[in-house]
Amino acid sequence: MTPRTKGIRTSKLVNEIQPSGIRKFFDLASSMDNIISLGVGEPDFITPWSVREACISSLERGYTAYTANAGMLELRVEISNYLKKQFQLPYDPKNEIIVTVGASEALDIALRAIVDPGDEVIVVEPTFVSYAPLVTLAGGKPVSVGTSVEANFRLMPEQLRAAITPMTKAIMVSFPNNPTGSTMNYDELEAIAKIVEEYDLLVISDEIYAEMTYDGNHASIANIPGMRERTIIISGFSKAFAMTGWRLGFVIAPSDITSAMLKIHQYTMMCASTMAQHAAIEALQNGMDDVGKMVQSYKQRRNYFVKSFDEIGLPCHVPGGAFYAFPSIKNTGLTSDQFAEQLLLTERVAVVPGHVFGSGGEGHIRCSYATSLDNLKEAVTRIDRFINTLK
Amino acid sequence: MDSKEKEILQLIEENSRIAVDTLAKMVDLSEEETVTIIKKLEEQKVILGYSAVIDWTKVTETETVTAMIDVKVTPKRGVGFDDVAERIYRFPEVRALYLMSGAYDLSVVIEGKTMNEIARFVSQKLSTIDSVLSTTTHFQLKKYKHDGVVFSDGEEDQRIVITP
Ligand SMILES: Cc1ncc(COP(=O)(O)O)c(C=O)c1O
Repeated sequence: MTPRTKGIRTSKLVNEIQPSGIRKFFDLASSMDNIISLGVGEPDFITPWSVREACISSLERGYTAYTANAGMLELRVEISNYLKKQFQLPYDPKNEIIVTVGASEALDIALRAIVDPGDEVIVVEPTFVSYAPLVTLAGGKPVSVGTSVEANFRLMPEQLRAAITPMTKAIMVSFPNNPTGSTMNYDELEAIAKIVEEYDLLVISDEIYAEMTYDGNHASIANIPGMRERTIIISGFSKAFAMTGWRLGFVIAPSDITSAMLKIHQYTMMCASTMAQHAAIEALQNGMDDVGKMVQSYKQRRNYFVKSFDEIGLPCHVPGGAFYAFPSIKNTGLTSDQFAEQLLLTERVAVVPGHVFGSGGEGHIRCSYATSLDNLKEAVTRIDRFINTLK
Repeated sequence: MDSKEKEILQLIEENSRIAVDTLAKMVDLSEEETVTIIKKLEEQKVILGYSAVIDWTKVTETETVTAMIDVKVTPKRGVGFDDVAERIYRFPEVRALYLMSGAYDLSVVIEGKTMNEIARFVSQKLSTIDSVLSTTTHFQLKKYKHDGVVFSDGEEDQRIVITP
């Protein structure tokens, strides 16, 4: 055993992890006024009123104690019904669903439940910034596989095959994707599933943007025969129900995996917040109309935004889901960092440079269209002005 | 009616000043197609007009009074309530008129410059109509929400400028 290094107080694992790549922009943007922000990864809607009201009512009735570790059974039953109805995913509320503190916690406990030291986890990028660090924190080794705009940011089977080693334990995918908005259909997922089975891997499938699928229906990899047993689905209330601040998510998986996750969850979190769980029951029982309205509005804004990007000469593949556009800025000759910083300083539009989302992201910027139409219009005008000064 | 038509209607109901090119992009149609649909909906009288929701209390010299009047009437043979309804809604002071179920028959929304003006309308115009049996007038004290629009300074965007 190597003796511990004197003087360094924080753990090696934590020291391995880089701070988030957007910190610099965050600090810069927060110090400026009159910014149009396309940098926000959350809905611009406020949680539907009936859901907020259910939370207030929960407090009024005095529900201020812990719930079951896995979450209130009533909520898990609602989640189970919702998954069956919306995505044809049958899961047992008693032992295949855990209510978590955001999808974020679900990702953490999923990884910690399956990763042994040295295991490799393939992370399909560009993607949500937390995956690779969470793999590291779980003791595993993140292996990045970058997708490209030419492939519409979908994972190609041969790419996956090339990345697999004897140490590979699992792959992490997320469709609809943050930051590209890319989706994968059933047939494309089927080709991935074949390889997953062949190499006896697990899949962590983050489907938190499933409701925000604009052209056709969302396909879950767990729908593919044989995959239910190998898939851990991550989801939550943050995006579809505009509940980011409530910190409520859920994870569904076969019961051997949920019982492993539950051990971590019960010792670290105990349970998700009680009033948030009451609110979530209301959201699932009576909130789907609101979800539908919000999704319709995102779709209209997506259509407007992507067409406008094409008009001003920033090629943008059509994002099939989530609420991000990921236009290419390659023909400006700037790196995504330079583009984002100069755009912020000269035109006061905040976007996120694509490289922070991992390989395949450079040469792009992430622009969230979860903001008002007026803001989108003004942002397009300003970005147009900005790229014209570069010519 | 197809779904694009419905989508256009919803969007212009929310904001009738929306530019056609913006609207066309949002619903994924060409500008010409969008204009054609709007024209058709206007001709079919699905779109009846374009108006603004104005908070007149902020325009001091033009303050108005609004009242809702419950009216009980005896319906006439052959024409039911329609006859008397028409006599009432022809008055320019009448902003809206509904046939109701329950304790009374017609609900009249009326707007005037002063309470006096409304009182005069009720006593001289409305209650003198033959089939009108009785009226009950309620004055509006404050507008919190009207036609789906909340009359307050909207909720601010609480989100931080950049999130991962
Ligand atoms: C793909 C993805 N997964 C998970 C999360 C985190 O969600 P939650 O707020 O439920 O923790 C986000 C938030 O941006 C995300 O984009």
